[in-house]
Amino acid sequence: MATLTELTPKLAPMEPVPFVVRSIRDELSDTFTLELDPPDGVFEFLPGQFTMLYVFGIGEVPISVSGDPAQPSTLVQTIRGVGAVTYALRQVRPGDVVGVRGPFGTEWPLAEADGHDIVFVAGGIGLAPLRPAIYSVLANRQRYGKVVLLYGARSPSDMLFTQELLEWGGRYDVDVLITVDNADRQWRGAVGVVTKLVRRAPFDPHDTVAMVCGPEVMMRFSAQELEGRGVPQHRIHLSMERNMKCGIGLCGHCQFGGRFVCWQGPVFSYDELAPLLLVKEV
Amino acid sequence: MPETLVLDRSGLASILSELRARDYLLVGPTIQQEAIGYGPIDSLDDLPQGWTNVQSPGASHLERRDDERLFGYVVGPHSWKKYLMPNEVVIWRGERTDTGFETVPPEPAPAYALFGVRPCEVAAIAVQDAVFMPTDRVYRERREAAFIVAVNCTQAGANCFCTSMGTGPAVGEDAVFDIAFTEVDRNGTLAYLVEAGSDDGAAVLQTVVGAEPASDADLAMLESVLQEAAASVTKTMDTDGIHDLMLANLRNGYWEDVGGRCLACTNCTMVCPTCFCNTVEDTMTLDGTTAERTRKWDSCFSIDFSYIHGGPLRMTPEARYRQWLTHKLATWFDQYGTSGCVGCGRCITWCPVGIDLTAEVAALRRVDARQGLSVPLPEVMA
Ligand SMILES: Cc1cc2nc3c(=O)[nH]c(=O)nc-3n(C[C@H](O)[C@H](O)[C@H](O)COP(=O)(O)OP(=O)(O)OC[C@H]3O[C@@H](n4cnc5c(N)ncnc54)[C@H](O)[C@@H]3O)c2cc1C
Ligand code: SF4
Ligand code: SF4
Ligand code: FES
Repeated sequence: MATLTELTPKLAPMEPVPFVVRSIRDELSDTFTLELDPPDGVFEFLPGQFTMLYVFGIGEVPISVSGDPAQPSTLVQTIRGVGAVTYALRQVRPGDVVGVRGPFGTEWPLAEADGHDIVFVAGGIGLAPLRPAIYSVLANRQRYGKVVLLYGARSPSDMLFTQELLEWGGRYDVDVLITVDNADRQWRGAVGVVTKLVRRAPFDPHDTVAMVCGPEVMMRFSAQELEGRGVPQHRIHLSMERNMKCGIGLCGHCQFGGRFVCWQGPVFSYDELAPLLLVKEV
Repeated sequence: MPETLVLDRSGLASILSELRARDYLLVGPTIQQEAIGYGPIDSLDDLPQGWTNVQSPGASHLERRDDERLFGYVVGPHSWKKYLMPNEVVIWRGERTDTGFETVPPEPAPAYALFGVRPCEVAAIAVQDAVFMPTDRVYRERREAAFIVAVNCTQAGANCFCTSMGTGPAVGEDAVFDIAFTEVDRNGTLAYLVEAGSDDGAAVLQTVVGAEPASDADLAMLESVLQEAAASVTKTMDTDGIHDLMLANLRNGYWEDVGGRCLACTNCTMVCPTCFCNTVEDTMTLDGTTAERTRKWDSCFSIDFSYIHGGPLRMTPEARYRQWLTHKLATWFDQYGTSGCVGCGRCITWCPVGIDLTAEVAALRRVDARQGLSVPLPEVMA
């Protein structure tokens, strides 16, 4: 493994850069999307990367970029309010300023997927970190084989980006399969956990790159299902979530075994993680 | 081979005066709260002359020596990270402006001369250098400004195991320091055999009046003093294959045993000279115009350390002890190419229940899963 010294031989950014809030849009009762204007007009990032998002005087948290990498003039991030900083982010108004450090971390393996089938498996808010990769793949649709999106939400009203799900599902060259844990009366789709969709999704397991994002249990079971269908471990990629205080390899919080999730991840291939994912409380 | 000089006490004192003249803040060993700690010093008179510290797992006390040595003790609860990676340091300030906010760097860090750095501590500083120097400007600023005066040990404490870790009792060939010396009894008077480890160190030594080159007899004595020091290290840790031993036993039921004894008090990580984990605190003045980010030491033993929405990932003390020991002795190699433990023994001395990592490693070896010996408590998730 490369050491930090080799990989980041320069001083890492510690000060947040002010970005002006252009818009804030509610997605779900607890989830919203911020559109931010980068001070120098562009924010280049790779699908899968995250930023450290700062509210003046309140705190800073890791949030994945959820926007389109082909539109770097806006930084788009989708956030679920769960605590102090994410609630404070919900309170910002257009024209306010938030702090941004980054982008940090590893990307979804779009180059590796070139010429192969792609399966995206998303659980809950996990669709947000995958969306930049989905945009990229659809913008270069001819490069890939089959493209499948499996999405699981708690209930129909917890489904993120419904407009886009409809649009993608309506395309003849994309298969979108959706399931919910708890259906309501109007729901006509599948009920159950997203891992079940893996079994019936139309892709060639021996020629597929899988990208999985969601709660850790969901990712573990999805990876096992994918492996069960014959997708090799190194073709399965997961985005890990750990406590992060610095984002740049200095605070120690994000360690998962010997790996720093902030800079060696968050996207890892499953063969790197499989043994550790079976150990409790790593 | 750098030249070795012989200084008397006034020669050693003149190193301090020269460092002060060069605007360093002098810090060194002093007696604090009935232990040897590191703090500001003015002169050699501030050092714990004639004292030693007697240590055992979970205990340490001061005793009078029957001589007047300035360095007749081993490491106490402090380490030099309190100056190079302070427990509370503002890393930036933010001022509100018409268009949002602007960050300003904090005041420049002081230049410290660290006086009396033990060889295991020189090694520990190198370990933290590998963590912070490439990317962390806050650490880098302090580290680059610091002047290191190392002192070899002539007598080990009961919790020292530097010889197992290859870090002492004398500074090694590739150790990074400015000046290093050994306190010796030379025909009934204390003398200091000194060498420079850097150009800055050599320049400081140039200013010492009354320094004479060491004779062959002096060098032979130095050699035997350091050999005796090495022989006085009684604690050992078997590091053979230790990386794989740790990682092959993550699911060993052994961890429950040590977890049952560990209080998760964080002492071991606070006193450890290599532990680098930290957290940040964002605060704001009441009028909301100025914000600050303060960095503080943190510990993998604290329950919040691994908190994510839904709860801490390392709930049990055994999981936290396992994180600590496997990081020190295994994953540190993967991350930085070195051991995370330099064998200083602090975590043993300052553990309220006397947990001794060398004994824990030996215990784990006895139940090594690869020998089919693991304690049968599978930790596999369903
Ligand atoms: C790489 C990465 C990408 C992420 N992307 C997104 C995203 O796109 N959208 C989104 O809504 N959330 C995302 N999260 C989770 C998000 O960072 C947490 O929900 C957030 O930190 C909670 O902070 P809080 O102050 O609101 O909550 P509190 O519960 O008050 O948190 C207290 C502190 O605990 C830590 N913490 C709490 N929960 C988490 C967590 N889940 N992950 C890491 N640290 C945590 C933080 O340091 C926080 O300051 C991501 C996390 C990581 C590691
Ligand atoms: S783990 Fe213990 S013995 Fe090793 S360097 Fe840290 S405090 Fe010293
Ligand atoms: S042992 Fe724990 S506190 Fe020390 S550096 Fe490792 S993770 Fe951080
Ligand atoms: S978030 Fe600080 S080391 Fe990874």
